Amino acid sequence: MAELHAEAVHRHEAPKGFIWKYVFSLDHKVIGKQYYFLALLAVVVGMVLSWLIRVRMVWPSARIPGLDKLSPVGAPGGVMTPEYYLSLLTLHGTLMIFFVLTTAPQSGFGNYFLPLQIGAEDMAFPRLNMLSFWTTFVGLAVLLSTFFVTDGPPISGWTAYPPLSAVGSAAGPGEGLGQDLWVISIAIFCIGALLGALNFIATTLDLRTRGMKLMRMPLTCWAWFVTAVLGLLSFAVLFGACVLLLLDRVGGTSFFTPGGLIVSDKIIPHTGGSPLLWQHLFWFFGHPEVYIAILPGMGITSHILSCFSRKPIFGYKVMAASLMTIGFLSFTVWGHHMFVSGMSPYSGFTFSIFTMAIGVPSAIKTFNWLGTLWGGKLRFTSAMLFSIGFVSLFVTGGLSGIFLAQPAVDSYLHATYFVVGHFHMVMGVAAIFGMFAGTYFWFPKILKPLIPVHEFMTISALITGAAQFIFLFNLFWSMFKGEKASTNPWEATSLEWTVPSPPPFDNFGGKHPVVYHGAYEYGVPGAEKDYIMQDSPVKITAS
Amino acid sequence: MALAIAVVVALITVISVAIVVLKVWWMPLDISTHGPAIDHQMNLTLIFTGIIFILAQLGLAWFVWKYRDRGDGRKAIYSHGHGMLEATWTAMAAVLFIGLNLMGYRMWAEMYFRGAPPDALRVQVLGQQFAWYFRYPGPDGQFGPTHVEKVNDASGNFYGIDRERDPGSKDDIVTATLAVPVNRPVELVLLAKDVTHDFYVRELRIQQDMVPGMQIPVHFTATKTGRFEIACNQLCGLGHYKMRAFLEVMSEEDFQKWLQNMAAQQ
Repeated sequence: MAELHAEAVHRHEAPKGFIWKYVFSLDHKVIGKQYYFLALLAVVVGMVLSWLIRVRMVWPSARIPGLDKLSPVGAPGGVMTPEYYLSLLTLHGTLMIFFVLTTAPQSGFGNYFLPLQIGAEDMAFPRLNMLSFWTTFVGLAVLLSTFFVTDGPPISGWTAYPPLSAVGSAAGPGEGLGQDLWVISIAIFCIGALLGALNFIATTLDLRTRGMKLMRMPLTCWAWFVTAVLGLLSFAVLFGACVLLLLDRVGGTSFFTPGGLIVSDKIIPHTGGSPLLWQHLFWFFGHPEVYIAILPGMGITSHILSCFSRKPIFGYKVMAASLMTIGFLSFTVWGHHMFVSGMSPYSGFTFSIFTMAIGVPSAIKTFNWLGTLWGGKLRFTSAMLFSIGFVSLFVTGGLSGIFLAQPAVDSYLHATYFVVGHFHMVMGVAAIFGMFAGTYFWFPKILKPLIPVHEFMTISALITGAAQFIFLFNLFWSMFKGEKASTNPWEATSLEWTVPSPPPFDNFGGKHPVVYHGAYEYGVPGAEKDYIMQDSPVKITAS
Repeated sequence: MALAIAVVVALITVISVAIVVLKVWWMPLDISTHGPAIDHQMNLTLIFTGIIFILAQLGLAWFVWKYRDRGDGRKAIYSHGHGMLEATWTAMAAVLFIGLNLMGYRMWAEMYFRGAPPDALRVQVLGQQFAWYFRYPGPDGQFGPTHVEKVNDASGNFYGIDRERDPGSKDDIVTATLAVPVNRPVELVLLAKDVTHDFYVRELRIQQDMVPGMQIPVHFTATKTGRFEIACNQLCGLGHYKMRAFLEVMSEEDFQKWLQNMAAQQ
């Protein structure tokens, strides 16, 4: 093979002025941080809502000081009404699923590190990138505005099943303007997600630097790529469904509303729609969505387990292939949310088979993570601890899905706390662990300082997941006061660790790096150090 | 640190398994003929997934402890994977998961593909915000048609029945409690008036959404007498939490008496 050299390309100057640098920035790194902090805001609000949910369940007459100011109707005198509980539930789910789980792992970390890891100066379409962030921001603002309308936020849950969500305020408080705003917010979010997905796909396919073959990409890049494909195909459907639902609500159409509806003795003037159509469209998005939430976490976990085991990832090809298999199968399983919905029971069996099949690539991933740890030389950094936690949580959450995938057993467990536990274990806790892992791993690259290891904090987070405020304090404290990190503090191999921390505006200083190896060459026999960077031209003779 | 994680993961495993083995939280009583098969499938799934759960979690804990960096200059094993091993666990997972699926298939078919026997007692179930109404066909075995314009909650005509015009409706009996005779097949036809509701009786091991615009049949045979909660299990609006009724399973004799009593009150 001819020796490759880094080639000089046109150097880009960083923009001047606060607005262009930090607000309407075209820099993928700034946009990545914007997404991350948007998710951080959403997760704090979503978490407070979940506390209120718990309080309402355990102490229904508890007085929350100040809550009546925010919601005089929903919490008169600071005491939450039963319907306010449903509002909280709806917004908790919506915020967490869309604005946290879809945003931080993919748009946050992905935006920042996909170009760096594949050796690109930026995302393929920087302006589109900026637009997708600000679109998402508007979506969040519209959603949060439902708190301030008279009847409060909608009460139909994050799945917004019609007719409840379609017939207007006759169906209950929050089903008027609040539900309109919810539908608009989600439609706006879909647009942002679609633009982002296009950008990720184009960047991964077109902007890889010389030598960065697909099969040399870090598994994080594979995860972001597959997630983007899922997003492109699923958010388009949800966008269409939201438009139809909005038309049913304000345009007098009957896509999801059948004839002969009588709400509180009043005949609702709709004819011929199907409530099940919404469920099909929603879950056609909704099941790929749970993989949109978890695949980036899987990528990050694979990347970190290999780095801190000082050993190549176990079965790289299979790991990449299983990401693709999960992605493909995720479009064939939406009916397992609908076993008891009234759809044909014959299709239930088909969806069940596909759902069981998706367990196979998931099991492969778990065993390969264990295989990566096997024979390693484990370094217990904070990022590593969260990745180990991710594996443990994913095992538990994934196995509980085997019950729900069987229609007869599901008809017993459907819509109970078994399901709530299942998806919180996978999407709620495991995906959040993935975010924690990514934060601890990449923080020194993003903002220079290392986040100090607080053993106490980490262990309590492992056990209870309740130490988020210590995390927040730690994050902001480290941002401004932490000790400085070197370029490659973890002795990792991928390209983001070849550039200074934080990386300059155009990432690689006007050059394109050249890649010679895969991303997981740790502990190579005969090598000088126990890791070989992707852009290091040394030859690897061991196999 | 390695020890701490290993202990935490092992503890989580042991406690989780103990909760299941000691039946701290367990399934409620089963009163249906199809329920034992579901419970059996549930137990089988619990055993298979339980074995994988224990092996995977304890394996994780063991590896974390065993392969920690002890600072003794040992190098990590340089391995990119093991094709045979990966093929083995892929095949094992596929056989187990698809196998469980096929084993559960028959129960599903029993519940849904086969209709109720012809002699089954037929009852309509109507869900509306936030109440349940049950309609028995009366001695003629016929349900009269529904007239949307006649529906009026205030006068108690929840189904929109016209007793004067429709001979089929004349002897229909509408109640707020679902009474059924023990050991006799029952077919419910589920209806919803306003939004989607869900018919759920845990002890019957039956759950089925009730969708406006659809008539969805379910059938069962109750094997034990008693009073059991019917809960709406699909978020249906602000009073969802209080939308419930009761299933009363009685002897055939008591059931006939109850039905006559109800007919007299129409």
